[in-house]
Amino acid sequence: MDSLRPASAGTLESSDAYVEIEPSEGGIQIHLESVVLERFGEAIRETVQEVLEELRVADACVRVVDRGALDCVIRARVETAVRRGRGEC
Amino acid sequence: MSKVIKSLREAIALAGLRDGMTVSFHHHLRNGDFVLNFVMDEIAGMGIRDLTVNASALFDVHTPLLGHIENRVVTHLAANYISAGLGRAISRGALEAPVEFRTHGGRPKDIAMGRTPIDVAFIAAPAADPMGNCTGRVGKSTCGSLGYAFADAMHAKHVVVITDNIVPYPLQGWSIPESYVDYVVTVDAIGDPKGIVSGTTQVTRDPVGLVMAAQAAKVIQASGLLKEGFSFQTGAGGASLAAARFLKDIMLREGIQGSFASGGITGYLVDMLRAGCFRSLMDVQCFDLKAVESLREDPRHQEISAMQYAAPGERGAVVDSLDVVILGATEIDTDFNVNVHTDSNGSIMGGSGGHSDTAAGSKLAMIIAPLFRARMPIVTDRVTCISTPGQDIDVLVTQAGVAVNPRQAALRERLEQAGLPVVDIHELKERAEAITGKPKALPKGDRVAAKVISREGELLDTIYTLPGNR
Amino acid sequence: MRRSMLFLPGNNPNMLINGSCLGADAVIFDLEDAVSPAEKDAARILVRNTMRYMDFQGCERIVRVNAVDTPYFAADLEAILPEGPDMLLLPKAGTAEEVQAADAAMAQVEERLGLQKRAALMPLIETALGVENAFSIAACCPRVEALFLGAEDLTADLQCKRTKGGREIEYARTRLVMAARAAGVEVYDTPFTNVNDDEGIEADAALAKALGFSGKSSISPRHVEVINRVFSPSPEEIRYAYEVMDAIAEAKAQGKGAIALHGKMVDAPIVSRAQRTIAMAEALGISREVTA
Repeated sequence: MDSLRPASAGTLESSDAYVEIEPSEGGIQIHLESVVLERFGEAIRETVQEVLEELRVADACVRVVDRGALDCVIRARVETAVRRGRGEC
Repeated sequence: MSKVIKSLREAIALAGLRDGMTVSFHHHLRNGDFVLNFVMDEIAGMGIRDLTVNASALFDVHTPLLGHIENRVVTHLAANYISAGLGRAISRGALEAPVEFRTHGGRPKDIAMGRTPIDVAFIAAPAADPMGNCTGRVGKSTCGSLGYAFADAMHAKHVVVITDNIVPYPLQGWSIPESYVDYVVTVDAIGDPKGIVSGTTQVTRDPVGLVMAAQAAKVIQASGLLKEGFSFQTGAGGASLAAARFLKDIMLREGIQGSFASGGITGYLVDMLRAGCFRSLMDVQCFDLKAVESLREDPRHQEISAMQYAAPGERGAVVDSLDVVILGATEIDTDFNVNVHTDSNGSIMGGSGGHSDTAAGSKLAMIIAPLFRARMPIVTDRVTCISTPGQDIDVLVTQAGVAVNPRQAALRERLEQAGLPVVDIHELKERAEAITGKPKALPKGDRVAAKVISREGELLDTIYTLPGNR
Repeated sequence: MRRSMLFLPGNNPNMLINGSCLGADAVIFDLEDAVSPAEKDAARILVRNTMRYMDFQGCERIVRVNAVDTPYFAADLEAILPEGPDMLLLPKAGTAEEVQAADAAMAQVEERLGLQKRAALMPLIETALGVENAFSIAACCPRVEALFLGAEDLTADLQCKRTKGGREIEYARTRLVMAARAAGVEVYDTPFTNVNDDEGIEADAALAKALGFSGKSSISPRHVEVINRVFSPSPEEIRYAYEVMDAIAEAKAQGKGAIALHGKMVDAPIVSRAQRTIAMAEALGISREVTA
């Protein structure tokens, strides 16, 4: 359903996350860098996956650079990137 | 007579350095230090191997050590603090033998007792005369106090003073006297002034830090310890300094004069001295130029050795006369054990320094830490590494409330009566986890990367390597 | 009780997630001036999520949306109202009609989404037109619960300089207090913008209180404690309030009509002020014993 263009959201400030999204053909790929990778890496991937599902994104390549963002911040940045990619904003 | 030797190499040879011996360094030049690196390069060039490096602290500027470790010039390390870059390499297993972490008080004690004998001490000195009288108070590489170098000078079998500022005999106002010094070597520069001391130390602007600092000052006020003769120590971290600022306001308003402030000294404590908040400063290390200048000019500002500062034992030390110390933490557990050695990924990024010495000696040991830092809750069930045992920590100040160690029932009552938001430490843990989520347990590697030795010389905890190839 | 209201920039996660612990009675999530046009979408979603997932405990949640005549206003309502804000701060309110339009737009969203909670409205008076229309704005619909003075934009509109002493906004301040009290709503003072002037903020807050403002906003967490202190009843005020209430009770018991306290007549306004003071002291957890 989506015609996705490359888009980004967020910043590299502490407690924020920078998210880039671009179209892809083989489902969802998530590339994650995080200052809390060992402790929250899996949780962050699940969150990204969840937001993409909610927004019905089936195919996309997502890069997340996390600077210790809380879950609600990561959700916001992924959603903003998707909406920008769809030209909704 | 002159002890000046033409070259460093000659001095090393005269000191009789051989395979398997121990060399030592102080860390007053901090991340601006050149001395450890060029001494180790020289030693490597002489083909000497299998050495123990005992430094009061190691910084990222000392990363070339990793090459000497790889070539087995260095096989053992001992330090009271190792900064994050070098710490990460050690956590990845750079060294076969575990690093030995001590405290600022434990290290000189162990040196004095002969538990960690030093064969050759290399003492970087911002000023020295040809007989080896030396000081950190003057010179282009000035660092102020030489507190951490005294034990090395007094107890090493051979002492080499290295200076970039040789002055005619006798140097006035020496810190370490010639009677301990064997050789003097002159070099172009012992360090980079930019990395040695900062120009000024800034109070935090972080709003959460300021909230915690204001709360910390109120806790001190309510503790009953803030009265004539009050003694105090705080780190140079943003929130700790801000707490000192709030404390200064209270002391001036109420006309309280304290006896002393101790430890690492910043310009902020100098201001408090000049404003009449304290009668004196007991300075083991200067953090900024204002502290250096004050140590040089003001007789109320006194240099102390690490031994006098913090060593354990029946004779006591400055820390045993402390009323209040403000300390930091990367983690604190529900038994109040504190970790300042490793980060949230289990990688070495610090060390006790004077943390557990001051916590043990002071009447009120306070931790200031935010509820969570970059999504990591500060309060855990069990810290990754016990740097300071919970029995020595009295109170934790966060932006969401103040937790008092159950051992301090009277203090808890005082704080409650003063209307401070006292909460159970378990509740702080739950509140933080409600915001951040529960972090995954940290997997351990299969090798010991470091041993944490308590100030009394016993094994306190063990730090493991990072698992896999991280 | 809103002694202090702290602005939090809407696209700054670090400020948003820590906003509840900075001591302010209310926080204002700012989607307007603190957010650049390119980030309006990001801030809107971030503030929405912060409100949805973070617990602000006792802290009231106010959102400064973008002005009615901007392309962002409708999307702001759509995203924010479902999260149950206590109030919306409506920028550049110049006429009653504009505020009524905002009220209608809010009602429409509330009805369409079946929202239970109705957010209050606080017009931000920051133009000469708004100041002159202050009473009609304050009284234009039941949703308006307070007026809010914005001095930065106002002085630009007045073509004068904003000064520390604030002579240029004296008229606006007194006019707003008068209009709000006449309409029976609260009124809040403009932020003091010099973050490092500790004496300045104290004097500015004290002036606002003396003029009749209910509280004061702030753009710096550093000002919150001072504002709270200035707008809290002092121990002397609380003590006096209890004395007034005691005197009233005693007079009633003795069947006396007129009563005096410390040689001054206690009349109805003094009693209602005493009641407000005690209510505020109780809300702040200050007991009578502490002030005795």
